[in-house]
Amino acid sequence: MTEKLIFELGSPGRQGVTFADNDVPEVSLDQLLPEAYLRERQAPLPEVSELDAVRHFVRLSRLNFGVDVGFYPLGSCTMKYNPKVAEDAAALDGFANLHPYQPEELVQGALQLMYETQQDLAELTGMDAFTLQPAAGAHGEMTGMLTIKAYLESKGETSRNKVIVPDSAHGTNPATAALCGFKVVEVKSDERGNVDIEALKQVIGPDVAALMLTNPSTLGLFEDKIKAIADLVHAAGGLLYYDGANLNAVMGYARPGDMGFDVVHLNLHKTFATPHGGGGPGAGPVGVKEALAPFLPKPVVTKEGEHYQLDENRPQSIGRVKAFNGNFSVVVKAYTYLRALGGRGLKEVSEYAVLNANYLMKRLATHVRIPYQRVCMHEFVASPPQELTEQGVKTLDIAKRLLDYGYHPPTVYFPLIVEEAIMLEPTETESKETLDQFADNFIKVLEEAKENPELVKQAPYTTPVRRLDEVTAARKPVLGWLPE
Amino acid sequence: MKLQADLKYSKEHEWIRVEGSRAVIGITDFAQDSLGDIVFVELPSVGESLEVEDTFGVVESVKTASDLYAPVSGKVVEVNEALADSPELVNREPYGQGWMIVVEISDVSQLENLMDAEQYQKMVEEA
Repeated sequence: MTEKLIFELGSPGRQGVTFADNDVPEVSLDQLLPEAYLRERQAPLPEVSELDAVRHFVRLSRLNFGVDVGFYPLGSCTMKYNPKVAEDAAALDGFANLHPYQPEELVQGALQLMYETQQDLAELTGMDAFTLQPAAGAHGEMTGMLTIKAYLESKGETSRNKVIVPDSAHGTNPATAALCGFKVVEVKSDERGNVDIEALKQVIGPDVAALMLTNPSTLGLFEDKIKAIADLVHAAGGLLYYDGANLNAVMGYARPGDMGFDVVHLNLHKTFATPHGGGGPGAGPVGVKEALAPFLPKPVVTKEGEHYQLDENRPQSIGRVKAFNGNFSVVVKAYTYLRALGGRGLKEVSEYAVLNANYLMKRLATHVRIPYQRVCMHEFVASPPQELTEQGVKTLDIAKRLLDYGYHPPTVYFPLIVEEAIMLEPTETESKETLDQFADNFIKVLEEAKENPELVKQAPYTTPVRRLDEVTAARKPVLGWLPE
Repeated sequence: MKLQADLKYSKEHEWIRVEGSRAVIGITDFAQDSLGDIVFVELPSVGESLEVEDTFGVVESVKTASDLYAPVSGKVVEVNEALADSPELVNREPYGQGWMIVVEISDVSQLENLMDAEQYQKMVEEA
């Protein structure tokens, strides 16, 4: 490894800090705790100097790659720049040092911020009510599907046990439906990359609880028959669930609520520019139409006169899905972003996101295979040229070689319906220069792969570690460290 | 792509070997090659009843996870326990030690809906 574990650094007895002399009588642990709770041997804590500790963590931080370091066109993840002003807002004393048990009258500002975020998100998506509790996208999906389930049960519709998902869906959609106790039915895509309406008609019926849809889809294509799809689902008595992963493409142009969706989840950490990657924290607010509002998690923030409150009196609510008020600091950052840009600014975000993706697609169009020849939305899917695939150069190899050029690779092998898929989402925050340079380098990698396939198959060369043994890592994972 | 003439194939890339009233089921060489290095196989329990086209398990590779679909209806009478510790058997011998389950076939007429090696090869090539 490039960097040892901190446990492997230092020397026995070395300390980073010196404590003042103890001025209270010392009591041994075995007088305080029953023997069963005492360690048999000392915990093997790191024994390093302050300088060792500082250097260790600074070195680790320099091995990291983030959107503040370079271009990060990770499709479906919306790795846009996160404006630093949002960090300033979240760090304000009144937000950062709040305690969730403070009485309502002392946290009116925080509640107002939550209330206005709920309102803004509702306006932007065409929904009637929002919860900010879910901690991330998949958590939002589960919250949304449990809300649907509670709504259907309240109407006595207990035999609706099927959830339909397109074959291009994020894997979390079928996983969520299954986890919430539904039977998952897949519907295939047509030759334009949209939901196959005829195939949908085959599976729709009185046992359908919901259709889960991402629009634009994971192929970066707008589902232009959405009205027909919504009508079909609603006519059968089912509900329409909007996976908000790709909202970045349509803000101010199209609202899920107007398309006929009944429930949406959003990813604040994607569309609303809060930092993400590496496991969070994120936020996955869920919005619903009026009829489903009583079933949202409680509490929700309500306003009476000039007073904001956490409304716990919601007898039909599915209950809490997260401690306290979700990841509040993420909501502060998203609110800052919403208010900094305003309605017009958010519309421009989507314009540039779509423009950048189409520009990059055109720049690469003659060098790669584009399975769906359409104007794309905020991202597009491609495959390497046929001759490279035949030479045994895989998408994975190209992704690894891009690391040597200083890029985070695009999403690969997703969606599953495109062979050797590469999925590029440049986002609105990248300049034309960055896009041009990336396109030039991408084309260069394809040329390298043609002329010298081994060079690309062995890449990367310049990263802290080269190819990781993913197979052994998955088959025999080592998840902990023990002293020898 | 390796194929075996004595097997039948499903459009979901499972193979089936009929032995009397029972059938051994696994995934094809094409399927294991497309998935890449397989790291985990989840199989049903013995005694479970499967309907044709039901998912009976999941196969996970470093690239992706895929559902397994029953090519015929029947009751699971055996599962390949070795795959729990050695999922790589599916990559190495998809038609041999990499088999997945054995079912007691409940409706032999369903076998007629499956493909022979030649038909399966054609389907893969046209896809």
